[in-house]
Amino acid sequence: MFYREAGQFKASYAADQSIFPIAQDRFGVLVILAVAFVFVPLVANEYWLRSILTPFLIFSLAALGLNILTGYAGQLSLGTAGFMAVGAFAAYNLQIRIPEIPFILDFVLAGLIAAAVGILFGLPSLRIKGFYLAVATLAAQFFLEWLFTRVGWFTNYSSSGVITAPPMVMFGFEFSGAQSRYLLTLSIVAVLALAAKNMVRSEIGRAWMAVRDMDVAAEVIGIRLLHTKLLAFAVSSFYCGIAGALWAYVYLGTVEPQAFDIFRSFEILFMIIIGGLGSILGSFLGAAFIVLLPIVLNNVSSIFAGGTLSAHTLSHLELVIFGSLIIFFLIVEPAGLARLWQIAKEKFRLWPFPY
Amino acid sequence: MNLSEFGRNSIWAAIIAVPMMISPAAAQQFIPVTTYDTGPYAVNGQPFMDGFVDYLKMLNARDGGINGVKLTWEECETGYKPDRFVECYERLKNKGEAGASLFNPLGTGLTYAVIDRAPQDKIPVISLGYGRTDASDGRVFPYIFPMVTNYWSQSTAKIKFIGQKLGGMDKLKGQKIANVHHDSAYGKETIPVLAKQAEIYGFEVTHFPVTHPGLDQKATWLQIRQYKPDWVILRGWGVMNQTAIKEAARIRFPRDQMIGVWWSCAEQDTVPAGAAADGYICAGFHAAGQDFPLIQDILKHVYDKGDGAGPKKAVGTILWNRGVVNAFLSVAGIKTAQKKFGNKVMSGEQVRWGLENLNLTAADIGSQGATGLVPPLKLSCLDHEGGGGVKFQQWVGDHWEMVSDWIETDQSIVRPMIEASAAKYAAEKGLTLRTGMSLGSECP
Repeated sequence: MFYREAGQFKASYAADQSIFPIAQDRFGVLVILAVAFVFVPLVANEYWLRSILTPFLIFSLAALGLNILTGYAGQLSLGTAGFMAVGAFAAYNLQIRIPEIPFILDFVLAGLIAAAVGILFGLPSLRIKGFYLAVATLAAQFFLEWLFTRVGWFTNYSSSGVITAPPMVMFGFEFSGAQSRYLLTLSIVAVLALAAKNMVRSEIGRAWMAVRDMDVAAEVIGIRLLHTKLLAFAVSSFYCGIAGALWAYVYLGTVEPQAFDIFRSFEILFMIIIGGLGSILGSFLGAAFIVLLPIVLNNVSSIFAGGTLSAHTLSHLELVIFGSLIIFFLIVEPAGLARLWQIAKEKFRLWPFPY
Repeated sequence: MNLSEFGRNSIWAAIIAVPMMISPAAAQQFIPVTTYDTGPYAVNGQPFMDGFVDYLKMLNARDGGINGVKLTWEECETGYKPDRFVECYERLKNKGEAGASLFNPLGTGLTYAVIDRAPQDKIPVISLGYGRTDASDGRVFPYIFPMVTNYWSQSTAKIKFIGQKLGGMDKLKGQKIANVHHDSAYGKETIPVLAKQAEIYGFEVTHFPVTHPGLDQKATWLQIRQYKPDWVILRGWGVMNQTAIKEAARIRFPRDQMIGVWWSCAEQDTVPAGAAADGYICAGFHAAGQDFPLIQDILKHVYDKGDGAGPKKAVGTILWNRGVVNAFLSVAGIKTAQKKFGNKVMSGEQVRWGLENLNLTAADIGSQGATGLVPPLKLSCLDHEGGGGVKFQQWVGDHWEMVSDWIETDQSIVRPMIEASAAKYAAEKGLTLRTGMSLGSECP
């Protein structure tokens, strides 16, 4: 009933090629955007904006980046956190060395620098595939973490290797409050998610998917592998770089290279596996699962604190429940949460008269 | 999913979500307790926070709080991760009647993550013997308190101790020191001061970083064997420490020439290393053991009633005592604030005033039964450290033995470096110094 598209006619090519061909989806996305941009900043308190929604959005962006590379172009990567670190450190160095550049442009430049680094470490993908490529990108992860830890120039010779983000000022307005930071993050993520959605629907995205499904066949039908694979690495690293810069500037305010260690890369990989490979929505759902669930569990457990369970037991219980839920969801739907939503949509289409 | 199921699920969602949004208001002094019970550092985080909570429990049970104000707290799991700590910080900062009194992150990287937030929210952060060293300059960091002694001061005491063992500071010339450190903000914090000291005393220092969590150090210690140092400085945390001690034994490096920082200096580090830890020396800024009236009170009012936060056998161990010291100093700050603002619930801003004007004399400490446990301290708006000393202890099979008196830190080296570093930070962030102050003056 909710998803019945009967009566929705497409009278032009534009209508046929729109991002959301069904009116319900269009309406739904508009409502979500309106809620996210208007309603949430009005009602959510600082805690929700600052420490739940902002990191969720930032990780969604990083997951989106990895999903482009792994989910759409089929190139397994474990260097995500390394590329995020490039973005964070590039933005920091641009800001303190060339303070004339407005910070939003810094973010874009940081993304481009990350993209360049991504291309460099994407070169092995032309020769190796699958798990072997994962190991090659692991080199990126370790090399970049090592570089930012060892070379003092990147941290402006800070004794402890920690950078603190300078204030973000644009046109005399400083992004310091929780609301302005949330809106800044949300705008960047919304624009980049829209770009990603359009990219994967276009010629570029179709080339990526062709390479993912069988790269020999893709080459035979005239897709340039070098170009396509490296473009996937570049776009993916661009997204990750911006996510890294946001993580450093908007969320933490300070960053040490260890914030972008191998576990962060795994975390983002798990996000797209749980959320759904090759799905924009999946990146958001996966990020929500991995970032928000531990916090929710922690909050729920703090309600029980002081009762029969000690604080020590509760923190261990949190890990147990989180792990069990990962297993549960992967058994229920190995193709990810996005696939679950798709199934739900099918059901809603027929409800209440399924046949 | 049918309709009734949907309805049921929504009710469950509401039950879970509503308590999360409403923070209960209580007419009590709220102290957030951020801890880590999971991960590679849990073994050290647990006893520390147990000691912290036990002290608060004791105050509530014995005195009914402080000056009639009951203490309340909530624990939050950080896992020693800065991002999780920031989440805890944001969650707890507005709880209680006047918001959080102060935070104790128990982690250098964690402290760094809230340096910007603390002044905005006007909540003081105590980093007891850890954290950002140059935050000792209260003009630039009004809300950060690296109390007792910071890492750089500790490093000067350590080099003095090595000098004493050699029989004079001039004997340091030509000595080779290996600095084995956790490769993080915490581990790297002393690199600049060691460079400066090497310049002054003429010794040679080489740094050996160990990647988190430090379970595999074979390659590092092979390099150390090749380097043939006269002394090894250990700056580890969690499982890294016991591994380092075992590896030192494996390459037959004499353990009594291995000097640990106070975070590498607990029973959790030596007991698992077994016989390898015999003779290992490390630093401390407070005492171990149960022979203090204060700790006897905790045993009487908390543990004898079966209300202890952790196991009774942890009472009196180094890290548990450090938790007590941390809680003691936090409460001392609140008490000082109450002297000025009245015996009611203090806000974060008032607690900051209290900490900055804290003057713990030997008599104050004695009246609370903590002589020898807590060092006398005097803070000011310029100096957020307080001028504590460092004592060295040696592991002898099953317990610690003190091998030095209180060693004074060398502020003539540390203070100019702190001021220069803080000034650089202020320039980078575009901060203005709090002006019109000098050491020991009345704080604004």
